[in-house]
Formats: sequence, structure tokens, C-alpha cells
Amino acid sequence: MAKKPSPRTTKGGKPAARRKAVQKKAPEATPEDLIQYYKDMLMMRRFEEKAGQMYGMGLIGGFCHLYIGQEAVVTGIQAELKDGDSILTSYRDHAHMLACDIDPKVILAELTGRSTGISKGKGGSMHMFSVEHGFYGGHGIVGAQVPIGAGLGFAHKYRGTDNVSVVYFGDGAVNQGQVYESFNMARLWNLPVIFVIENNQYAMGTSLARASSEVELFRRGESFKIEGEAVDGMDVLAVREAASRAVAKCRAGEGPVLLEMKTYRYRGHSMSDPAKYRSKEEVSKMRAEFDPIDQVKNRILDNKIMTEDELKAIDKEIKAVVSEAADFATTSPEPDPSELYTDVLVAE
Amino acid sequence: MSIEILLPAMSPTMTEGNIAKWNFKEGDKVSAGDVVAEIETDKATMELETDEEGVLGKILVAEGAEGIAVGTLIAVILEDGEDASSLDGITATVAAPASEPPVMQSTEAAPVPEVTAPVAAVRVEADLPEGTTFTNMTVREALRDAMAEEMRLDPDVFVMGEEVAEYQGAYKVTQGLLQEFGDQRVIDTPITEHGFAGLGVGAAMAGLKPVVEFMTFNFAMQAIDQIINSAAKTNYMSGGQIRCPMVFRGPNGAASRVGAQHSQNYASWYAHVPGLIVVAPYSAADCKGLLKAAIKDPNPVIFLENEITYGYSFDVPDVEDYTVPLGKAKVVREGVDVTLVSYSIGVKFALDAAEKLAAEGIDAEVIDLRTIRPLDMDTIIESVKKTNRIVCVEEGWVTCSVSSEISACLMEDAFDYLDAPVMRVTNEDVPMPYAANLEKLTVVSDERIVAAAKQVCYKQGE
Ligand SMILES: Cc1ncc(C[n+]2csc(CCOP(=O)(O)OP(=O)(O)O)c2C)c(N)n1
Repeated sequence: MAKKPSPRTTKGGKPAARRKAVQKKAPEATPEDLIQYYKDMLMMRRFEEKAGQMYGMGLIGGFCHLYIGQEAVVTGIQAELKDGDSILTSYRDHAHMLACDIDPKVILAELTGRSTGISKGKGGSMHMFSVEHGFYGGHGIVGAQVPIGAGLGFAHKYRGTDNVSVVYFGDGAVNQGQVYESFNMARLWNLPVIFVIENNQYAMGTSLARASSEVELFRRGESFKIEGEAVDGMDVLAVREAASRAVAKCRAGEGPVLLEMKTYRYRGHSMSDPAKYRSKEEVSKMRAEFDPIDQVKNRILDNKIMTEDELKAIDKEIKAVVSEAADFATTSPEPDPSELYTDVLVAE
Repeated sequence: MSIEILLPAMSPTMTEGNIAKWNFKEGDKVSAGDVVAEIETDKATMELETDEEGVLGKILVAEGAEGIAVGTLIAVILEDGEDASSLDGITATVAAPASEPPVMQSTEAAPVPEVTAPVAAVRVEADLPEGTTFTNMTVREALRDAMAEEMRLDPDVFVMGEEVAEYQGAYKVTQGLLQEFGDQRVIDTPITEHGFAGLGVGAAMAGLKPVVEFMTFNFAMQAIDQIINSAAKTNYMSGGQIRCPMVFRGPNGAASRVGAQHSQNYASWYAHVPGLIVVAPYSAADCKGLLKAAIKDPNPVIFLENEITYGYSFDVPDVEDYTVPLGKAKVVREGVDVTLVSYSIGVKFALDAAEKLAAEGIDAEVIDLRTIRPLDMDTIIESVKKTNRIVCVEEGWVTCSVSSEISACLMEDAFDYLDAPVMRVTNEDVPMPYAANLEKLTVVSDERIVAAAKQVCYKQGE
């Protein structure tokens, strides 16, 4: 994956503006930023579309949860992170890995269960990791990543760095006890943790309203004195703005912070879910009016940063990368049987 | 009628205490609710209130006295109008217990007659350098020393859990650590096992080496998802990338009269799970050496201590950076007639049984497994080749137990060496009852081990 936009990642010491509540006006972005976000999000989209196809062809096993529609969330937040920060998420993890600059080849090869996969074919779609890229999974148990994310934040603080830990979890996870246990410890010890609730409004087939007594999820940290903010999670610039404030707080030792990203997934919960619990109209309205990639695309076109043809060329390049990754994922050998008993324990 | 003040038991496993202080002198008036004395145990200092009114007639055990058995008559209060002369000749006597004493007793100082010191049975590691000296210490101290030494050696090691810091540990295992290492490395957590176990996992994934104390493993049930699904499996699922170098430790096993929810053995639960190392030591030397090895190990280790043994004393070698290898059982008593294999406090029962068997002419070999996963079947099979008979002893439930596993492995790998069926002596297959007599019936006893050993030796009724 291409480099992250440099001005964001090196912003470092500059204190971010302190603003409360929901972002109103569209935040500023340089032309380079916009192009980068367009590329990043399109890569996620094309990657997952390919994964969807390959799942349909029986090349990918088990569960396969796509992030299509939610790309702005991880893209906007990742833009504010730097080396040494850690991120982790649930089983819906492909895009988060791409956002960490992990090679699409090894992700797709893991999805097909090949020896070249990032977990040597032993993790699968829901369990992928890359210490090198600060990506700590890929967790299959709803909510389990939340205390682990707090623990990564704990480690940053213990080591006295200004790194942050970003933990993504769904609206379905927010009602779990371990989430609140983590909120409590994170505030108690002022850990540099950004809790990102990806509120895509459904937990499998259960809408937020049917599962939660309080649906304003940004308020869920209130009783732990954790400041929360609701963010338009379909707009990568709004996400980046909020992330910039949150990251600055955490780096300054004022964490944790909670961000509720209002977003939407276009596909079913996993590939086997026909998503009958919501109307076609609801989905098409979101796609037509709020698509995160289209929003950036329109900004690029409106500001005459690039032409339609230039954007098409980018798409073509990305498709080529993805298709190369697919070839790699389907032609790599399966793991050697001798791998069965490796990595159960760390061999010294 | 004078009122007798007996040394009370202030916790389920307390068997003795020290009189730290008398707050009144003989002849002082006391009223109900007055704190007459301060009693100190190895865990805590507690206040002794009187609920009677009168004059403190006689103090029978002086301030500063140590190792006073629970139930000892320590003072007498005179009721209105009673004469002090009526107290002449009264001395500090240990009252007869109302019911049978709990099966398990601390072995320190031993004013209680039935207590036997396990010290004699301890053998040292064969490979200790010649001239090694030893320090006698409790299991509790050995565990604390192990943590302190590792913390001195490696700044990534830290300890967290409920009450581990300011309170000095619910069972006083972490005593003194806060003072030496400060609150950045000795961390009191809220009562949220699921959350703090997961936080520890995350810290370990980042390369720190947490020692997560569970006040008892019974409470780790709330954290079992993080232990099994996160700590145990991530190395595998990540193709060897993400490690969890951490220790989950704390007491488990039958305590005394605390009922079903606070009294159970978890060895076979965790031993079932690939990706975990499970340690359940007995002696103080092993507790120290194995805990140090566990902290140094790059894997998640479940370290199952036993509350009853915390106060037991053993010789611990004065060897710098003393470690005991994980995964190695130890022959703690050599013999030729029958093998008794056990772990944790079961080793004590097995050793006691071996003494009784010796008196009847049966020479038992006793093996302390020390590590339950990986299970050192080689040592067991070596022993069975010699004795041809084996009894598995375990203070846990029989169904799907460690003993069941050993038995099955022996069928597969040592069938030809067996002259008798493998026998299992375990706790009864019931939740731990509260009533003293039922509890005693439930847990393993040396008599039951003796009977089983005689059975496999075909010497019943001789
Ligand atoms: C502890 C646990 N319970 C149930 C499940 C099954 N499950 C997997 S995903 C899911 C829905 C979670 O929804 P949400 O947290 O909103 O995340 P999203 O899928 O929308 O990203 C459920 C119930 C699980 N994996 N773990």
C-alpha cells in the first residue's frame, strides 16, 4: 500500500485544536491528502470486493466479514497515527490491515489459508496480526480486543513513550462488561487509548435500538469520565479531525478518549448473511448519498485536483494490485503438514 | 461464672496466631465491643473484640507470644461480683475442637498435635552444586522472592491484581513488592477479572511480562475467555508473531470450610488447553524455581498455587537465580513397590501415605508432577517400569481429571509394565460441601491413598 500522507504523520508536537461536540463544517485537506485517502479507501474496497468474489468461488473458507462502506473510519484515524502506535480490531479486519500498510498479498493469502499468509494459514480471516506494523489483531470474540487494546496502551505508558493504542469495536460489543472494565482502568490510569466505536447500526441482524438501552454511544464513557465525541464516520475528513484531537490528547497523557463513528456497512454481517433485517432502500440511500469514497472523489473533482480519467487510472492500478494479490493467494501452496504443531508454544 | 476468651480463627485457614498487643491490663473493666487485643497472623493483623462485660481477670498468654493455636484459652473475664482468686491454677490450654479439625492444617511451629511437617520429605534437585546451603522459608515467601528477583532482573516484569499493592496481597504473597518497586510496577486493579486479565494480555502482546494475580483462581472464571481465547491461542493464530509472555497466578484447590465456589482445583481445566503451560507446585523450592522459570518463559503460564500450603516451610537452596525447569516431574521419594503420582498439596497426602505404607512393608515411590502441561509422562513411566503399580492422587474431581489423563497415557504407552489396574484417588465428584464432616469426606486423604496402594499391591486386609 502507498505511503501515508506525510504532513499528518509528522505533525507531532503541534497541539491540535480543542473542539467539542460534532464537527460541523467540512475540514480542510490538502490535495495530496485527498488523493491519498481516495487511494487508500479504494484499495480497501477493491480488495474486499475481490475477497467477496473469491469467497463465492469457495476459495476463502469460514467466515468472511467485509468492511465495505466503513472505509472512512480506519482511513481517517490511521492518518493521524505514527510509528510505534498500536491498533487492533475485531474479525472485520481486512481494511484495518491495509490501513497499516500490510501487503495485500499476505492478507489475501491468509484468507485462502495458504502458507504465505500472514499467519502462515493458521489464523484465517478473523485472526491476523502483524507486530511489525503495529497491528495486534484480528480478534474473533466480540469485545475481547477492548481490554487487550487497553493493555497495549498500558504498555506504551509503562515504557514512557507518547504512542497511542487505538482499539476498534462494534456497536454490538459496547454492551459488554469487559468494555466498561476497560473504560474504568483506562481512565483510572490515564492510558493513551482511543476507543473507536464503529457504529454501523447492526450487530449481525440486531439493530442498535433493539440491543441497547442508550443508543448515543459517544456517551458510554461518561460515568468513567471519558470524553466522547460522535463523528460522521462516512466522511474521512471529519474522522481525521476528530482523530487528530483524540491522538493529541493521548500523546499528551490526557487519554483515554472515546469516538463514536457513525457509519454503515453495505454488505451483510458476513458473506453468509443476506441482510434481510433492513430494507434495500436504506442501503441504497446510504450508498448513493454518503459513500465515503464518492465523497472524497467529489471533492477531488470539484476542486479540480484530478480529472475523472486520472481517477479511473488510479482505480485501474489498484485493481491490478488486487488481482496480483489474488493470483498470489490462489497459487501459493497450502501450509506444510509439519506446521500443524508449530507455534503452539514459543519454541526457545 | 467467668468468661473464657479463646484465640479465634479469623480466616477459614487460620490455625494459629500471635498476640501482638493487649489493650487492657488485668483488673481493667471491659465492656462489650471493646477491642481487647490485636491478633496477628501471617496474613494480617486483626482486632479481637469482646462481646461480654466485666473485669479482665487474667491474661494467660502474654503480649508478643507467637504461634498460639486457634482455640487456646488466652484470657478470662470476670463477671460482676466474681473474685479473682477463682482463677488460680488456670493456664493457657488448647480447647478441644467442637468438631473434627479441618483435614488440612498449617505445619508451622505445630502446636496442633496432628500437624506433621512436610519438611522432612523434601529432596533437593540432584544437580545443585556441592556445598549448596539452604534457607528455610514458607511457600508464600518463596513465591514473593521469585517475583521480586525477576522484577530486579527485568524491568518489563510487573505485577497486577486485586489488592496486590497497598494491601500487600490478599494472601500476603506480594508483601513488600510495592515498597521496593513502586506503584508503576505493582498495580492494584479494580475487581474486574475479565478486564484486567485482558489488559494483561495486551501488555504481554506488547512485550511486557505481566504477572497477573487472581485473588483465587475461582474468580478467574470471569477471565477465562481472555486466558484461553486470547492468551493461549494468539501465538498459534498469528503464525508465531504475537507472544504472550505472562503468568496468571494465584491460589486454587480446596481451602477450608469456604464452600463450593471458593474451593476447587483448576489443574485439569487449564491443562486441557494447548498454548498454555500449567504449573502446580508443592514445595517452596519448587514454587520459587518454577515461578521464576514461568516469568522468564515466553509463553502464557498458569501458575496454580495452593492456599493451604502458603504457610508450609521448606528448605530453599541459596542459589543465585534459582530456577526449576518447566515440564519436569520430580521423584520426591524413592521406592520399589508402588508409584504414587500427584501434584500440589496432593504430594503431601501421598508422602504421608508413603510413610504409613512403609510401616506396613510397602515401599512407595512418590512423584511430584510440578508441571501439569506439558505432562512429564517419561518420569511416570520410568517409575512404573520399576514398580509396575501406580496410584494417581489428586485434589480435584475425577471426571476428566489429570489422573484420568495419566491413566489413559499409561494404557497407551506402559500397558505391558502394569501388574495392576491404574487407580485414581481424587476428591469426591461433588461441589465442595461446607459442613466440616462432609468436607473431610470429600477431599483426598492419606488413608484413601493407603487403601488404594494396598489394593494395587494385592495386599488388602493383610
Ligand atoms: C462473545 C461473542 N458473542 C457472539 C459472537 C458472534 N458474533 C460475531 S459478530 C457478532 C455481531 C457483532 O456486531 P458489532 O459488534 O456491531 O460489530 P460489526 O460486526 O457490526 O462490525 C456476533 C454476535 C462472538 N463472535 N463473540
